[in-house]
Amino acid sequence: MTRKLFHRVVALLATLLLSFGFAKADPAKVGFVYVGPVGDFGWTYEHDQGRIAVEEAFGDKVETSYVESVPEGADAERVLTQMALAGNELIFTTSFGYMDPTINVAAKFPDVKFEHATGYKRADNVATYSARFYEGRAVIGHIAGKMTKTNQIGYIASFPIPEVVRGINSAYIHAKKVNPDVEFKIVWVFTWFDPAKEADAAQTLIEQGVDVIMQHTDSTAPMSIAEEKGIFAFGQASDMMEFGPTARLSSIIDNWAPYYVERTQALLDGTWESVDTWDGISTGMVEIGEFSERIPEDVRAEAQAISDSIADGSYHPFTGPINKQDGSAWLGDGETADDGTLLGMNFYIEGLTGSIPN
Amino acid sequence: MLVFERRRQPSKFWTTITPVLAVVLTMIVGGIMFALLGKNPVEAIRTIFWSPLFDPNLSAYARPQILVKAAPLVLIAIGLSIGFKANIWNIGAEGQYIMGAIFGGGVALALYPLEAWWIFPLMILSGILGGILWAMLPALLKIKFRTNEILVSLMLVYVSEHFLASVSLGLLRNPDGIGFPGSRNLQQYASASNGELFTGTGIHLGVIAAFVSIFALYGLIKFHRIGFQVRVTGQSERISRFAGVNPNLMVIFCLATGGGLAGLAGIFELSGPTGQLSIDFNVGYGFTAIIVAFLGRLNPFGMALAALLMALTYIGGELAQFMLNLPAAAIQALQGMLLFILLSMDFLSQYRIKIRKLA
Repeated sequence: MTRKLFHRVVALLATLLLSFGFAKADPAKVGFVYVGPVGDFGWTYEHDQGRIAVEEAFGDKVETSYVESVPEGADAERVLTQMALAGNELIFTTSFGYMDPTINVAAKFPDVKFEHATGYKRADNVATYSARFYEGRAVIGHIAGKMTKTNQIGYIASFPIPEVVRGINSAYIHAKKVNPDVEFKIVWVFTWFDPAKEADAAQTLIEQGVDVIMQHTDSTAPMSIAEEKGIFAFGQASDMMEFGPTARLSSIIDNWAPYYVERTQALLDGTWESVDTWDGISTGMVEIGEFSERIPEDVRAEAQAISDSIADGSYHPFTGPINKQDGSAWLGDGETADDGTLLGMNFYIEGLTGSIPN
Repeated sequence: MLVFERRRQPSKFWTTITPVLAVVLTMIVGGIMFALLGKNPVEAIRTIFWSPLFDPNLSAYARPQILVKAAPLVLIAIGLSIGFKANIWNIGAEGQYIMGAIFGGGVALALYPLEAWWIFPLMILSGILGGILWAMLPALLKIKFRTNEILVSLMLVYVSEHFLASVSLGLLRNPDGIGFPGSRNLQQYASASNGELFTGTGIHLGVIAAFVSIFALYGLIKFHRIGFQVRVTGQSERISRFAGVNPNLMVIFCLATGGGLAGLAGIFELSGPTGQLSIDFNVGYGFTAIIVAFLGRLNPFGMALAALLMALTYIGGELAQFMLNLPAAAIQALQGMLLFILLSMDFLSQYRIKIRKLA
């Protein structure tokens, strides 16, 4: 009898201790700051998918939180400070304009780790990461060049920054390669997310005879317009299949999930270090969405081959000979672009018309 | 049967009490909305209105931040209220704010890397000038062609946003920024930096200026002839002519004060908390200040309280987002509710409710 009771007491104590132990092990807090709403189905949506992946991967060990639609500048600095004060140990700041605020706040909280997307300033507790979206542009540029009947491809561009210029150049090179008559019509909308403006841009492009649209903005509006007008388009940042079931040919998907999971793991293991990551198709950070049945089978195979060769490193989307817009030589025969030039790319390549606004 | 009887004069009591009632009612209706979103309403309201002020971990940082966030709202609202009192509707403070930042920031960036004591005062002056010049466009068009200043000043906001994008990408772009848009960061330029006055608080000169502006407006309206003229113009332009007011000068004066103070807010914000001129420099202070002006009944102290309240909901709203996973849209809805409820409660100060027996 007494022994049984003793066992019971021990068991009870053990459970209590265990549960106490679990309760004591506070989950690691990981915060995210977004520039748009999580429901944009583009840039911010994909970052939030990455956050959800972290939740799923670590369960009770990690607690995530986010603040959406945070303006860049003073507001971002305040939000970051408050997240750090609230005990977040790792904070992802997911827009270029958060660069200086991130560096400022990181200096005040040396024990908190920060990860800034698409920037170039680092510190001991600030890592940077970005994706080689231009690799995806090479694949969809090829498809666009093959699919256009009017030889007019529309491009809705956000801001004239290196990342966007790089995308235009990469898409153009690969469209031109398979269709020498192809022309790019580029509209700058000076916003990352404004469905009305993006829709207007798409309308204008279609009126000018464009039958394939690419976008480097975050809303699904251009895809919806393309669907309505019966032309082709590509999903940007997320797959956007639901918004253009017949118009969508493929997509460039930003897949941050593996990176976010890996960095959170490093935080838990105590092995987190400030690094600069620029990954592409090879690690899955840039994903090519499923090819539409409307693309002829041989074109699908070619596009897949480009994607595969970029992934295994045997092909670089910027391989010479490539001249700059003004006709001056940029890359010699077989030469590939170095990352420094790509990161600061502020010129069009030969064949593109118009100029980069400033 | 309920009868609404128009009061001869708006009730003093109800005019004072409705903002408080509106806040309480907003908390209740907002709480219902949060409950429908599946959140604990008490906790949500507590996080938004209470945590920034009293949470042990956060309040030390958040309290002065409320002042920092309220400062540009106060400066702009004070300037706008003068015009609103005189029935001159400057809706374009956002644009004047942007132009103040571009003018003031432009001076600093042109002088970089020169270090001198006079740079900062010069920036402030050119910031004010930038705001005034931008506000003079609707003023002169109104005087010359009787255009509607509401439309013109509002449209000029969009023009100024394009200006901002243009200089961020061209003229004022940081030459060391590897091709990215945005100017140099003025926080790293000693002569141009409007740094914090008390370590760790973030409080900068703009907060002091906002304080001063509250009392300046009070003095102007209460004791200065111009204050009287503004009020008379607001009541009736015809009568104001008899009182010796030049309506054209009044238009210029009202838009200049609104524009000048908005420009001042812009340059303080640029040289202080933001630091960098970029495409997304403006975050809507010019529009929120209109809400602040009306929440505060165009009274200088009322507007100061209203600005603090708006700042509180912004900061508390951010806390509610990452602590309770409330969507940003719910916070914006709460802020919208506040204005809507207040405006609808104006009814109480205009009308008396009587119960009358049916005959």
